Amino acid sequence: MNADKFLDAKGLACPMPIVKTRKSMKELESGQVLEIHTTDKGAVNDLTAWAASGGHEMLQHLEENDVLKFWIKKA
Amino acid sequence: MSEQKKTTIVLFSGDYDKVMAAYIIANGAAAYDHEVTIFHTFWGLNALRKDENVMVKKGFMEKMFGKMMPRGADKMGLSKMNFAGFGPKMIKDVMKKHNAMSLPNLIEMAQEQDIKLVACTMTMDLLGLQQAELLDNIEYAGVAAYLADAQDGNVNLFI
Repeated sequence: MNADKFLDAKGLACPMPIVKTRKSMKELESGQVLEIHTTDKGAVNDLTAWAASGGHEMLQHLEENDVLKFWIKKA
Repeated sequence: MSEQKKTTIVLFSGDYDKVMAAYIIANGAAAYDHEVTIFHTFWGLNALRKDENVMVKKGFMEKMFGKMMPRGADKMGLSKMNFAGFGPKMIKDVMKKHNAMSLPNLIEMAQEQDIKLVACTMTMDLLGLQQAELLDNIEYAGVAAYLADAQDGNVNLFI
């Protein structure tokens, strides 16, 4: 999937993935897509809830070799 | 989007673990675009202390309090398993291994995210803490200012 911006949050612990995601999201325009990679197991629920709260759209998330990957479209 | 939501936290405790929980929630709430206030009172005030010795005029009791309380967040003990100071060393080691942010870093991050750090002036007087001993760029207020933030808040915690 194509992304406009990539955030590598691998190895970071709570709350940093969310804090960094918000920072990266701020640099995007509405409709653009942010791709996030993280190894924090709580991120599936965290990022899904965070995206929903801000009205952003979680396009896809998957797990590959213990890395969680997310694509979020900015509202 | 709707009006900005608010999170207010009363930080009463001065234990490394409890203060850490408060600052993680605060930083998380800021990432949720909440307007966040941490109101530090009693032992929670020590989280705002500078780690160096600041020369200020104090009475005997205030000096004693100053000496016995942790000078800054990094010197706090744990609420459980403190083991006379060995507990914090162990947990900091484990935190490093798991890439968790240290408490001083969390406080710095909170300031970067424009979280409002408030020191309760009444308890500052009780514990003999003066503005010069606390971090820069914090606010000073009492219960009314805290309630003004909390009454139209969405999340309110006492830690």
